[in-house]
Amino acid sequence: MRIPATKYPIERFTLDNGLRVVLNPDKSAPVIGVAVVYDVGIRSEPEGRTGFAHLFEHLMFQGSENLEKLAHFRHVQGAGGTFNGSTHLDYTDYYETLPSNALERALFLEADRMRGPRLTEENLRNQVDVVKEEIRVNVLNRPYGGFPWLKLPPVMFDTFANAHDGYGSFVDLESATVADAADFFKKYYAAANAVLSVSGDLDVDSARTLIERHFGDVAKRKAPKRPSFQEPDLSAERRESYVDDRAPLPAVASAWRVPDPISDFTGYLPYVVLAEVLTDGDASRLVRRLIQQDRIATSVGGYIGFMGEPFEVRNPTAMLLQTHLPPGGDVDKVLRTIDEECERLANDGLDKGELARTQARMATHILRESDPVLGRALRLAVLEQQRGDASVMNDLPQLIGAVTAEQVLAAAAAIRPDRRASVEVKVGAKK
Amino acid sequence: MTRTLPDLETNRKLTVPKTAERTLDNGLTVIAIRRSSVPLVEIRLRIPFAKANLARGDVLSETLLAGTETKSAVEVAAALQEVGGGLSANTDPDRLSISGNSLVSGFPRLLEILAEVLTSATYPADEVTTERDRLADRIQVALTQPGHLSRIALLKRVYGSHPYALQTPTIAQVKAVRRGVLQTLHAERLHPNGATLVGVGDLSPEKAIDTVAKALDSWGGESKLVTLPPIPATSPGPIVIADRPTSVQSSLRLALPAVGRTHEDFPALQLANLIFGGYFSSRWTENIREDKGYTYSPHSGVEHSIAGSILTLSADVATEVTAPALNETFYELGRMASLPPKEDELEQARQYAIGTLLLGVATQSGLATLASMYAAYGLRLNYLVDYSAKLAKVTRDQVAEVAARYLAPAKAVTVVLGDAERIGASVATLAATEPDTALAELTGDSGK
Repeated sequence: MRIPATKYPIERFTLDNGLRVVLNPDKSAPVIGVAVVYDVGIRSEPEGRTGFAHLFEHLMFQGSENLEKLAHFRHVQGAGGTFNGSTHLDYTDYYETLPSNALERALFLEADRMRGPRLTEENLRNQVDVVKEEIRVNVLNRPYGGFPWLKLPPVMFDTFANAHDGYGSFVDLESATVADAADFFKKYYAAANAVLSVSGDLDVDSARTLIERHFGDVAKRKAPKRPSFQEPDLSAERRESYVDDRAPLPAVASAWRVPDPISDFTGYLPYVVLAEVLTDGDASRLVRRLIQQDRIATSVGGYIGFMGEPFEVRNPTAMLLQTHLPPGGDVDKVLRTIDEECERLANDGLDKGELARTQARMATHILRESDPVLGRALRLAVLEQQRGDASVMNDLPQLIGAVTAEQVLAAAAAIRPDRRASVEVKVGAKK
Repeated sequence: MTRTLPDLETNRKLTVPKTAERTLDNGLTVIAIRRSSVPLVEIRLRIPFAKANLARGDVLSETLLAGTETKSAVEVAAALQEVGGGLSANTDPDRLSISGNSLVSGFPRLLEILAEVLTSATYPADEVTTERDRLADRIQVALTQPGHLSRIALLKRVYGSHPYALQTPTIAQVKAVRRGVLQTLHAERLHPNGATLVGVGDLSPEKAIDTVAKALDSWGGESKLVTLPPIPATSPGPIVIADRPTSVQSSLRLALPAVGRTHEDFPALQLANLIFGGYFSSRWTENIREDKGYTYSPHSGVEHSIAGSILTLSADVATEVTAPALNETFYELGRMASLPPKEDELEQARQYAIGTLLLGVATQSGLATLASMYAAYGLRLNYLVDYSAKLAKVTRDQVAEVAARYLAPAKAVTVVLGDAERIGASVATLAATEPDTALAELTGDSGK
């Protein structure tokens, strides 16, 4: 099956204050996706302030230069739109999807908070409470909370930047001050450290005029220099476990470092494909072996990056395999079997058609993610920020399609136990 | 310098994309919709499934793709992948749904495989054993999750003896399923009469229907169509406390009466719901999250099922503020029910309701899911145009009237899942309470 390509028109320019802009006109529906992505994430938060990048994301919704608290939400939703923001390892995004008659309003709202959020003690304390409830609902009050995205990095990595809990400890969150927030904004939220993208029902020339009108006078500040977060690869296996009192089934997740997604994209892509060869659907290698044949796992998943976004992550990152086991399951046996399957793949090669069908399915996934204007706007913004070229978007399905069998086998050969970091969930007493 | 918020341009018109529809000789209704944004196709097949045995229905949906007369489970999956495709099945108390997508060039092949599964699924014994055990494992995990547990308690309290009361089988029921009962269930219920197939993608709607007709002409037979009795009226009573020892949050779940999409009260009810708690800029969210910090994501919304609709509220709050959060919830419901909304509140909710309709039909998968869901209620996408026009006309008085009828706290069924020892006494200061029985019945130990 031939892998199709998209031909999204993509316009890029930079304002005098350093804000990079990506426009993608598409008249297929009267809606727009607007995204502002700042080049700061969990890895950049200071020691003693775990969870701060995410807490700060909340504060960006609490009013800004010309907007009271609650105004942002009301203006977006009162225009028929939806909004959100999210904090990642390497970036923080803020976005809206709206009917296209609200383009100028969305630009105004994003520009206003780029000038500066209203940082008050009251809003800070309120959002610390909200974030604590977010952590309770997603991590503390449920089984497998934070597994493996919060549990595996401290096993694999040694530096604070890569290893710490990105949701944050309650102590750190409660210690956060308005002054911390002001410093964080000053350092990381410069226009020159951001990308704005708009996708959907827009006219390029008039959108550009509106963008210049609203963002043109956002003060120019220098973008911080992004440090290298590089750490050496593992030289010996690492393995840890913890008891999850609410977990009824054992589980294990393992990670292996992969090449730099940005500077070595060609070397990295085979791992993106390998994760799918191993785990995508009933015809994948590990589903067949672990679940259908040996029945030693009840579910298995594989993906790149601790937050599962292969085209939105920088170095260092990893390929992850995570498995839930039936009651009383044997974790060692699961890990041994994964090793065996990777070795078998590396030595015996792929079956006829195995690579092509995996690539075809991956193309569908990538294209499907780009159908919503927001999915497209976000991906364009992050590609522009991390790779300096949003138009890579149009190439992704075919870049995946160009990965060769030899490259996948070489990647499989690198999935060895001595390069592996694993974390095991042990079943606790209460259910 | 003070900057003022720019005005909106004139509202964009909601237009329904090019659509074709035909009922095939075998009784299957086919709806094809063109959206050419990406070279893909989405399909949704919806088969009436009311009153199907829960455990058998769930295992059937997990093993429907596990083998046919000519293909193993692996071969079915591989054949789908070859065209960039995938299919999955799931059930709810009204229907069995098979959803999928593929590269648009693989549309005929995707349908062929779907037809093969529908006409010759074999439910191999080994795969049935594997999949039912996996399903049992997933149920075991679900029974530790507050969202699932509170849902069980609420459904039981709201629906009583109606079939909707119980939507998850027990582990023992699942483990007892054998291939024979799956073959019987398939033979009884998986037929084209009453079913709807929706296809959306980069295709010509008429030609797409021809493609479907050709691929699915071997699918035949007839199911007996089962109609469920209407759901019972919500019956308020003591606050149900479901115990989850050491829970660090309490899950507040409330149910109120509601009406279906075509009822004359529905547009006003939807706006009343938005003003109360149906979107972020609602009174409830602004109160218990943005003012008090009790919770992360409170939400209310109308849940439609074939046999009736209810309005549900959900918020997970810190254990120590359970009673105060519940108190604010009753207060905001009472304010809705006894006072008309302000003009600007109504206009904001109206813009949101109308605008988000545009967002919902702006993707292939959104269109497919919406068209399939509407079809089950005898509606087509042009319902959106009428609904949008009705939303535009709703008055403050109508919202007030409808809120008094549906959002009154006196009509609420309330369930709180949490650490009963820590929350029981303070919740009981607000209203009478009673212990839950649904979880105790289901798990044998109240989910402890």
